[in-house]
Amino acid sequence: MSAAFEIQLIAALVAVACALPGVFLVLRRMAMVSDAITHTVLLGIVTGFFLTRNLESPILLVCASLTGVFTVWLTELVYKSKLISEDASICIIFPLLFSIAIILITRYAGNVHLDTDSVLLGELAFAPFDRLYVMGRDIGAKGIYISFALVAINLVFILLFYKELQLATFDANLAAALGFVPGIIHYLLMGLVSLTTVGAFEAVGSILVVAFMIGPPVTAYLMTDNLKKMIVLSAVIGLFNAISGYHLATWKDVSIAGSMAVMTGFTFLIVFLFVPRRGLISVLIRRYRQRYIFAEKTLMFHLWHHEGTPKEEEEALYKTIRLHMHWDKKFAERVVKKLLSDGRVILEGNLLKLSEKGRQESRRDRRELLG
Amino acid sequence: MKGLLSLLGDYTFRVVSLGAVLMGLISGLIGSFSVLERRSLLGDAVSHAALPGVVLIFLLTGSKSTEALMFGATLSGLTATFMILGIIRFSRIKFDSALALIMSTFFGFGLVLLTYAQKQPNAAQAGLDRFIFGQASAMLNSDLYIMLIAGSVLLALTLMFWKEIKLFIFDREYAHTLRFSPRKMDILLSAMTVTAIIVGLQTVGVILMSAMLVAPAAAARQWTNRLSVMVVLSSFLGGISGLIGTLISSLTVKIPTGPAIVVVASTFVIISMLFAPGRGIISRRWHRKKAVKTYQKEG
Repeated sequence: MSAAFEIQLIAALVAVACALPGVFLVLRRMAMVSDAITHTVLLGIVTGFFLTRNLESPILLVCASLTGVFTVWLTELVYKSKLISEDASICIIFPLLFSIAIILITRYAGNVHLDTDSVLLGELAFAPFDRLYVMGRDIGAKGIYISFALVAINLVFILLFYKELQLATFDANLAAALGFVPGIIHYLLMGLVSLTTVGAFEAVGSILVVAFMIGPPVTAYLMTDNLKKMIVLSAVIGLFNAISGYHLATWKDVSIAGSMAVMTGFTFLIVFLFVPRRGLISVLIRRYRQRYIFAEKTLMFHLWHHEGTPKEEEEALYKTIRLHMHWDKKFAERVVKKLLSDGRVILEGNLLKLSEKGRQESRRDRRELLG
Repeated sequence: MKGLLSLLGDYTFRVVSLGAVLMGLISGLIGSFSVLERRSLLGDAVSHAALPGVVLIFLLTGSKSTEALMFGATLSGLTATFMILGIIRFSRIKFDSALALIMSTFFGFGLVLLTYAQKQPNAAQAGLDRFIFGQASAMLNSDLYIMLIAGSVLLALTLMFWKEIKLFIFDREYAHTLRFSPRKMDILLSAMTVTAIIVGLQTVGVILMSAMLVAPAAAARQWTNRLSVMVVLSSFLGGISGLIGTLISSLTVKIPTGPAIVVVASTFVIISMLFAPGRGIISRRWHRKKAVKTYQKEG
């Protein structure tokens, strides 16, 4: 296997592994928890190092994952006191744990290779140098096996607990009432997020883990209302971001992790702008249209209300109607023009009057509104 | 004691501690609004989002002066903020997801630009990332003036728009009915937050800046129900954290300044949560116990 292929394989696997639990983070409004965990696992790694004095030990992974869960627990402890809001407690707890980690590193592990920069930024380009040997034989980069294991663990967890996850995500109270203990599912999920973060950030750095975990699910969230589809779409989008990001990076000779994050933002932007129904363009068109439809209906109600009353002379005057509606001139002209050309409103002398068609529409709208 | 006295005569220490105090005062002031508005996490996002602006300004102008870099950082921080607000306004995506997405994308873009800058033949880009990761000890006298000016502007804005800010934070809808544009207030408050963050970045760095914005304000919140008292107290606590943090890191070997300041500020939060009269945990327990006793006696 060539180094380029190995890098892409690792990136693709990590992207999928991150997107899977990410779907639930986005749906549970816990996206920033991933940011907190990616930072605090550093404390776990440091603690694990002090326990074992060995940077290669698997104990480090266990410690780091536990720290992730610990972070979530501590944040909840703070905001459940009701003294500090949820977002503020995240902002206090994770920098505190991160600071402690930095202080421990600079004080007691200064001469060990525990580079904070590499933890935060990661360097995918070096991943192929870290080989895995079985009985003396080179069987490929270690990152491939780690990220493959992550995908497998996440997939098995989601398949096994799909029903519980779905229930706990969309209706935690119902889940509790049915005896599913959403708390356990919650902490299992947090454990999974921590494990994925720890496994992934060695290769891609903590910032990219956030991009991989949140970016694809948010993009998929704009495209579907179906949980299963959202999970599959997230994985596919993550895959695309990873591969296209890699090629962008090699083309311009820049940071691989950075390019993948840029691609994540780019795919989101495209979907955000152009996706039918929820995309920005269709939302704006809809809002623009609705503004006119609403104005037309309001004007017709106004005319209907004053129809045949002594005040009609004053209220339905073509020249001054915009003052009664509090509209500016251009807007009022466009609305009246549309109504006249549709034949819903007719001009009689200086007065605007409902046509039979317009009157029927107003009557129907009123019935719909007031039952 | 002797160490302390010699420290006071030390030029670097004076600059660094003054800078840290100023940073604490400013972030304490603005942080109160972020915490009450429940926008604390915005601080975290903006500080990450500053990176591409810093590198871009360097690539375009070749300048590494603090003013230029801060200008770039402010621009990209503001862009990110408005993107986040735009995403939640025009789609069903929630605030936290928009934050995480924009933050990681901007930071990734910053990394791309940084690696690009490093490929340039001259080595002038060295030290750019320091602006982001924070290095209090590299602060200069001129940086202090910038902080002082930014701080005064922020203070003046706060005093000028005090009534509007207060109304807006506590009752957005009511403010809107009184014809205060929520969008304009959003812009004002976000711009103030971004400025405060950018000013603090070089002292404590990207990751810890969010704590400086939130911790003093969250601590101050426990002691009072009045906004004016909270703002003053929060600013004070921020400044004190800056001072104690720099003292600790100067008096002991090998404790970096930024993390030391954050640990001190967090300690204030813990103390406030426990001991604040009325709201604090101990006071609440005591009142509950007393209530149980009176209940038993009477009933």
